[in-house]
Amino acid sequence: MASILDHARIQVLEQGVGLDEAGILEVLQLPDDQLEAALQLAHEVRMKWCGPEVEVEGIVSLKTGGCPEDCHFCSQSGLFSSPVRSVWLDIPSLVEAARQTAATGASEFCIVAAVRGPDSKLMQQMRDGVKAIKEAVDINVAASLGMLSQEQVDDLVDMGVHRYNHNLETCKSYFPNVVTTHTWEERWSTLRMVRASGMEVCCGGIIGLGETIEQRAEFAAQLASLDPHEVPMNFLNPRPGTPLGDVPVVEPKDALRAIAAFRLAMPRTILRFAGGREITLGDLGTRDGLLGGINAVIVGNYLTTLGRPATADLELLQELKMPVKALSATL
Amino acid sequence: MTAYCDRCGEPGVHEPCVAARQLEPPRFCTHCRRRMKVQVVPTGWTATCVEHGEVSSLASR
Repeated sequence: MASILDHARIQVLEQGVGLDEAGILEVLQLPDDQLEAALQLAHEVRMKWCGPEVEVEGIVSLKTGGCPEDCHFCSQSGLFSSPVRSVWLDIPSLVEAARQTAATGASEFCIVAAVRGPDSKLMQQMRDGVKAIKEAVDINVAASLGMLSQEQVDDLVDMGVHRYNHNLETCKSYFPNVVTTHTWEERWSTLRMVRASGMEVCCGGIIGLGETIEQRAEFAAQLASLDPHEVPMNFLNPRPGTPLGDVPVVEPKDALRAIAAFRLAMPRTILRFAGGREITLGDLGTRDGLLGGINAVIVGNYLTTLGRPATADLELLQELKMPVKALSATL
Repeated sequence: MTAYCDRCGEPGVHEPCVAARQLEPPRFCTHCRRRMKVQVVPTGWTATCVEHGEVSSLASR
């Protein structure tokens, strides 16, 4: 009987068709001695269907903390005893952050706000901020502002926001264990509006929230059914004061299995290394991920925590002979 | 003098907090343990105590 990797070689690598939930689960359950083969196959899939380029992005928090939602992993919820205080970034600092991101060679700059959804003040700040960035910096602007109305989707399109991030975070069956102030379906609704608007859809989540391996497979299959342009893969970085503050970090081999499985579920997507990779995988794991299906990275710091220096990632890409995707290639 | 840990706000210096701070900005003022307003950007961070002012990783500030 053919193994799941033999099956994936034909279906995913040769035909470009992602694995279904059962196949994804088999990859997630592969023994350690087959992990290297899974990563190698995922890398081949990425190279064939996406190419060698790596998309580089910087992210910044426009509005930090004080969020009314109760996402149990998040230090920015105003409902937990996290030390993160509410603060807004001013427009000159936002433009400077975009400028410094562009200086790394990044083609993407994502503006993020810790909100349920944007109010009129935040939308005005976005209007002013995106305009100022576009006048001063050559970079694509993305946004992540929570759940949107149709009018807000249209406004973001008018501003020139080219990609919208809204993570499902985890699978539908586990979501109520992670968030109780809104539903998975509400997030899905925003994603459908974003797709219909013509903006690119960025949707991923966090591995290691306490979900089972089966639920991890369910999540990858649900993401694949959305067919997002980009999937950011975060690994839980337990934050003090949050309900998940004492959850252990994901085992490195499980994290790498997840990377391979998500790539084999979504052969054509931009699969991005996002938060938590430093504490979960360290330097060697970053290399393994880039050679195991990842084709995008967030460089520099995250929203409330710090990342590797951008130079460390850029030097690694150079060593791996993976060119940074140029801005012109994304337009 | 460091009276309070800038990660957890408790008195003293704690090895786990020092290790964690490699990948986190400070959150508490070391002088008065007030929670600081912290802004993280891709290349650095700035933390402000209403009483004791600003500390920053950004050299150009």
